[in-house]
Amino acid sequence: MKHEVIEKNLPLMIVMIVIAISWGALAEIIPLFFLKETTEPVDGLEPLSAVELEGRDIYIREGCNVCHTQMIRPFRAETERYGHYSLAGEHVYEHPFLWGSKRTGPDLARVGQRYSDDWHRAHLYNPRDVVPESNMPAFPWLFEDKIDGRVTPKKMKALRTVGVPYTDEQIASAKQDADGVREIDALVAYLQQLGTVITNKR
Amino acid sequence: MSELSTFWHFWVSAIVIGSMLGCAVLLILTSRSEKYKEETDQTTGHVYDGIEELDNPLPKWWNMFFWSTIVFGFIYIGIYGIGDWKGFSDWSSHGQWEKEVAAAEEKYAPYYAKLNAMTVEELAQNEEALATGQRIFASNCALCHGSTATGSVGFPNLTDNDWLFGGTPAAIKHTIANGRNGAMPANGLKPDMTSAERTDITAYVLSLSGREGSGDASKGKPLFAQACAACHGGDAKGMHAVGAPNLTDNIWLYGGSEKQIEFTIQNGRAGVMPAWNDILGEDKVHVLSGYVYSLSQK
Repeated sequence: MKHEVIEKNLPLMIVMIVIAISWGALAEIIPLFFLKETTEPVDGLEPLSAVELEGRDIYIREGCNVCHTQMIRPFRAETERYGHYSLAGEHVYEHPFLWGSKRTGPDLARVGQRYSDDWHRAHLYNPRDVVPESNMPAFPWLFEDKIDGRVTPKKMKALRTVGVPYTDEQIASAKQDADGVREIDALVAYLQQLGTVITNKR
Repeated sequence: MSELSTFWHFWVSAIVIGSMLGCAVLLILTSRSEKYKEETDQTTGHVYDGIEELDNPLPKWWNMFFWSTIVFGFIYIGIYGIGDWKGFSDWSSHGQWEKEVAAAEEKYAPYYAKLNAMTVEELAQNEEALATGQRIFASNCALCHGSTATGSVGFPNLTDNDWLFGGTPAAIKHTIANGRNGAMPANGLKPDMTSAERTDITAYVLSLSGREGSGDASKGKPLFAQACAACHGGDAKGMHAVGAPNLTDNIWLYGGSEKQIEFTIQNGRAGVMPAWNDILGEDKVHVLSGYVYSLSQK
């Protein structure tokens, strides 16, 4: 086939480009859809509760994932500091995942239960109060704003369509559970469960 | 690493090796073609704005480079494997991590064994152990207790020898390893406490450290016995078993002003010290206990 045939025939060129660039995906990505390890939850993994789910959305809204990763890589230096390296099965209910790609602050994949709720509240109100050298922004408005529970059941339903096993009861009580909760409390609830399914034992 | 099924193993291998061999075949075919035996001034036939494109054999350096990437690819596969095959080095990211951890264990095990053989009191006298403990403290504990261990509102000062749950080496180690939960109920044991009564109790509590409040301390004393003494003790000196602080030493975890004390009585407090055994492991908790113990022994 002459170059000219492809170059002057746009649909054909698009098809050829798609074939060419999907080669890597075919070998690297497609098999993962069929791998138990990446598609099945680790033992004990539960979908986030209504409040934790709203906390997660605050985490996304405030852009926490821009400075904090949730991905402990299998290097000793990381497992020593953060705990057991992250497993794919811990993230199967996450849509979208929040692995992040840059650490301005520390990794948060296993921050759950590491510090007290009081510490998280003090730290989020003004990080300098507890860590003088911190350059993390303060989030004082979280202490005033409350969660609007009307959308919580809708979020859960949407997640259920992509495979998060929320029960009808959970969805039915979600509005009541989350409505009026202070944003700070939802965010702390979310943080305190991060990575706790796998114990920190090294 | 769980395993790829046989099908996906061959799927991955076929695509990867097939692509590499395909590139090689493409290179061979183009270099053998009569058309590209030598450099000529033949063109591809494109003309755009009067610009034409020469159609010549691939430059030799480019050709060699392409070949070397293919060879590199096969060497790489040989070392690190493909699909389910782990290569001649039997490599996996998880295996590499295990090796790293095992090497570190071997390096540090004798050091920690040496420190583990000492008591917490001995560690508190040992400079090497204190240096290690200080590093562990700085990375894990300083977030709440501060880098100088002097604490802040809600997070205890560890240097003043005033202990909520006891300052013996064993108590300190237990606190670090298993964590603690402070639990002061709102209004103590008197849920029907009125705000006037609260003010009187506050006045009594203030009087214990030689100060005066706006309430009547003499009225507050019996109320204290009723609502607070079960945990803080009749003499208000506190109780380590439940983490009730001594109220007579003018050391205040949540602030010692009249307003702050009233607030604490009204709303209760529930300080939490997380458990560190699972995170740090017993060796480091032991060394850390020595460091923390040493802080109040100066």
